[in-house]
Amino acid sequence: MKQFYHFIIKEFYHIFRDRKTLLILLGMPMAQIVIFGFALSNEVKNAHITIVNQSNGAASMKLVQKIESSKYFETYNQTTQTSDIEKMFRKGTIKVALVIPPDFDKTILAQNSSRLQIISDATDPNVATTLTAYLSIIVADFQKELNQPNSIPYTINVETRMMYNPQLKGAYNFVPGVMAMVLLLVCTLMTSLTVVREKELGNMEILLASPVNPLIIILAKAVPYLLLSIINIITILLLSYFVLEVPINGSLALLFAVSILFILVSLALGLLISSVTDTQKAAMFISLIVMLLPTVMFSGFIFPIENMPLPLRVISNIIPAKWYFIIVKSVMIKGLGFSLIWKEVLILTGMMLFFFTMAIKKFKIRLS
Amino acid sequence: MNSKAIIVENLTKIFNGFTAVDGISFEVEKGEIFGFLGANGAGKTTAMKMLCGLSMPTSGSAMVAGFDVYKENESIKKNIGYMSQKFSLYEDLTIKENIRFYAGIYGIRPELITSKTTLLLEQLTLEKEANLLVKQLPLGWKQKLAFSVAIFHDPQIVFLDEPTGGVDPITRRDFWNMIYDAAAKGITVFVTTHYMDEAEYCDRVSIMVDGQIDALDTPGNLKSSFQAGSMDEVFLQIARKAKRSE
Repeated sequence: MKQFYHFIIKEFYHIFRDRKTLLILLGMPMAQIVIFGFALSNEVKNAHITIVNQSNGAASMKLVQKIESSKYFETYNQTTQTSDIEKMFRKGTIKVALVIPPDFDKTILAQNSSRLQIISDATDPNVATTLTAYLSIIVADFQKELNQPNSIPYTINVETRMMYNPQLKGAYNFVPGVMAMVLLLVCTLMTSLTVVREKELGNMEILLASPVNPLIIILAKAVPYLLLSIINIITILLLSYFVLEVPINGSLALLFAVSILFILVSLALGLLISSVTDTQKAAMFISLIVMLLPTVMFSGFIFPIENMPLPLRVISNIIPAKWYFIIVKSVMIKGLGFSLIWKEVLILTGMMLFFFTMAIKKFKIRLS
Repeated sequence: MNSKAIIVENLTKIFNGFTAVDGISFEVEKGEIFGFLGANGAGKTTAMKMLCGLSMPTSGSAMVAGFDVYKENESIKKNIGYMSQKFSLYEDLTIKENIRFYAGIYGIRPELITSKTTLLLEQLTLEKEANLLVKQLPLGWKQKLAFSVAIFHDPQIVFLDEPTGGVDPITRRDFWNMIYDAAAKGITVFVTTHYMDEAEYCDRVSIMVDGQIDALDTPGNLKSSFQAGSMDEVFLQIARKAKRSE
């Protein structure tokens, strides 16, 4: 126990003396939250729209006002020439255009029927689909208002409810993702580097020639990163709660418990990587390419797993972050309790035990 | 008690069909300074690692400080000190922190660490530098400090793997004075080196060629039996026979 204490003190010296790395480790989660929260958003807001209003009647003016007041669109470059639209698309100044033909007001009053045209820039198909949908909803809404006094005989009112995330905020999805990514980076990458550094510098030989149990050497390496990671989780949760307004619907204690479980999985992975590599370069390569990349791709955080072909869906099961991502979403956003996530917790626990056993086993082999 | 610090018989290490150490046998007396020489790739470091419990022998037997390298690895580690080719102190820790760490992992009591640290810093005249980071010290000082740390827990035997590589002649002389002091205290010193003038300082030397020990005697006897004026000539005569190199 005494030896363990001396080791942990030493590891803290290493971390605190390397100010730059420490700053990166503690600053990274904040940067990630800010980048994902404000810069990388797949929500569409204030999209530039050109409304070509050739009708200029009371009804069309009302429709234009309705669109202008929506937070999703911002009118840009008013024109009455449909020929200008393509020019604007080419320049990339607008994302979508709405054409109100000259007979719009007349036909809507006389024949109870009229036409509109939506043109959108589909180079980004997701944005185009979203904008077209938003515009259609506004038009449908407008239509309902016109019909109010004399309602049409058959109407179906679809009532949509967006469960758990009524405002459809992207943050609800990426906060759990960022948590998984940051923890994996700090724990797996940093732990593997710090152990391998001892090998590179030759200190490991001295340690192995001393009476210290190798288990103590590697466990002591993991402790400071466990603490750093807990600090990181707190930062991320505080930022997401107060700045991005993502609620924590479930039990905070449960959220912490599962996060610590995931930290342990990542630490075990880091130790495993350091057991099988001898240089910091190799450890970094494995941590980033073999661990981080699949985590980003297969955790469901950016690309939905349901859309992947079967072989990739099968592969995604061996990615620890996938299970952690599911758990965090369930606990934090849906507010579920342990009884509904025990399966995922069990899988992560199994992974942790497996990686730890492997790491220790591989490490011991190096001794003889 | 046995008067031998190290007894090695037919010790062999084979890596994937390559015989790095080929059935070496020798004995080292307690308190002796034993020079373990050989060209690069002769198998010195591998042999030393087996004696330190860092590497498992393929066959043969070895007793270090009275313990069997196969079965009593842990007891050996408690009774030896080791200083490797690569520099072994932590550069981002201060001198004091390094001493405390290494003393701590050998299980020395805190009060004893404090008093011995003060004494050691005095001996090395490093009292003022005690709180400097090790990376701020010149190489010679680092090596002396590393040696002091390796024998801080008063081991029976200390293994030094090319401890004076890259160090200037004056510091090397200082270093050897420290080795003599340690030997005078009864610590057996097992040292590998490339400097033949250092070989002259040893009580006995062995010269390894291609995994085998080709000569083992006092420097004086070796010189007379090879009719050589210096250890350098002895070494060249023996090492030229080597077929393998690094």
